[in-house]
Amino acid sequence: MKKELQVTALEQGTVIDHIPTEKVFQVVSLLNLQALPCKIAIGNNLDSKKMGKKGIIKISDRFFTDEEINRISVVAPNVVLNIIKDYEVVEKKHVVLPDTLHDIVCCANPKCITNNEPMASIFHVTDKERGIVRCHYCEKEQCLSSMKLK
Amino acid sequence: MNSFITIAEHTREQLLYLLEMARLFEEQPNRNLLEGKVVATLFFEPSTRTRLSFETAVNRLGGRVIGFSDASNTSTSKGESLKDTIMMVSNYADLIVMRHYLEGAARYASEVSPVPVINAGDGANQHPSQTMLDLYSILKTQGTLDNLNIHLVGDLKYGRTVHSLLQAMRHFNPTFHFIAPKELSMPEEYKLYCKEHHIKYVEHSEFDEDTIAEADIIYMTRVQRERFTDLMEYERVKDVYILRGSMLCKSKPNLRILHPLPRVNEIAYDVDDNEKAYYFQQARNGLFAREAIICNALGIGLEQIK
Ligand SMILES: [Zn+2]
Repeated sequence: MKKELQVTALEQGTVIDHIPTEKVFQVVSLLNLQALPCKIAIGNNLDSKKMGKKGIIKISDRFFTDEEINRISVVAPNVVLNIIKDYEVVEKKHVVLPDTLHDIVCCANPKCITNNEPMASIFHVTDKERGIVRCHYCEKEQCLSSMKLK
Repeated sequence: MNSFITIAEHTREQLLYLLEMARLFEEQPNRNLLEGKVVATLFFEPSTRTRLSFETAVNRLGGRVIGFSDASNTSTSKGESLKDTIMMVSNYADLIVMRHYLEGAARYASEVSPVPVINAGDGANQHPSQTMLDLYSILKTQGTLDNLNIHLVGDLKYGRTVHSLLQAMRHFNPTFHFIAPKELSMPEEYKLYCKEHHIKYVEHSEFDEDTIAEADIIYMTRVQRERFTDLMEYERVKDVYILRGSMLCKSKPNLRILHPLPRVNEIAYDVDDNEKAYYFQQARNGLFAREAIICNALGIGLEQIK
């Protein structure tokens, strides 16, 4: 039964693999999967050789743009996406932290205009390796790992 | 559009251009360059000093002023968004001068506004017109901005004016001296900024005649009690970072002392009579710097002022 859940075949679509277990539902909301009409399988706490436990999301008949995919990097920088066509993996994609984050995370500064006005947040990524970003508005530097999603 | 939001994004050439404009305004502050123009001064946070300086600048340029000096009886207090206020005001005014208690408010206003926006202070973030008048004061008293020894004294942690000055001076090869109590020392972020931009700096914890003997500029700031988590520490340092007349005995003849004002007790009154005290003239320079900033925002260039 467990084995079956992990390898449910997909004719075509996207498999998001190696998601840290505590980030699975953040990935769901980042990609707005709850609003998609297509078939979606979400597995969590599955066995992984590399990570011990991991999460996996399979989305049938749906492919994502790089812009959408890279949103995931904010919560899970090591995720792998498998693009499936005719039951075969035709491409593996690694997520990349973009240069700017448009309305993905909240500024940690309570006195920032973005937290007090109905508006989009914008961050410039200043250090991709360490995940350091600078708020476009209040100019405060902050670390992505401690920031809340919008 | 020429909004004026932060000093850090200006090049050396842009800064020198604005300073040259300011110099011409000092020669003749009264010019009818804004005839028929309306400037809105929106002060969501009260600041009489800054507002009077901007409004005087508009008046001396022949423009008219509308606006408010306190947001408590405007529609903002009824929950109107900043965007809506800006859109409403831009129907009436050619330029918006805005002070706001929220950080990043000026940047956001400039993005939604169809008319240029001048940042007259956004919370703890930026106060770029103060930096322009500081630069103008340094240039005027030293004859140059290049290769100067600048001593920053007092609260270097929260003092936004010293942070902006540091960023603006990166084009001019300064040597900074940071003189502050440990709890209010220059944040790592700005020391990193110095390293990235090859700005030389030295840190001192003592403040005496020897520390300032080589200074061209001493920039004093207030050490405020409410900034301290450890009040014992405040009691220990509160009298250490006070500039007294006797401390100037070894100072260079060209030294000038700046302070963004208002001061409390960090400059003793016996310094006021010293020819090296420059803080009152410094405030007057704000008028010329702001005339330059206003004209530049409205697309009025140097050639129209000459
Ligand atoms: Zn912010």
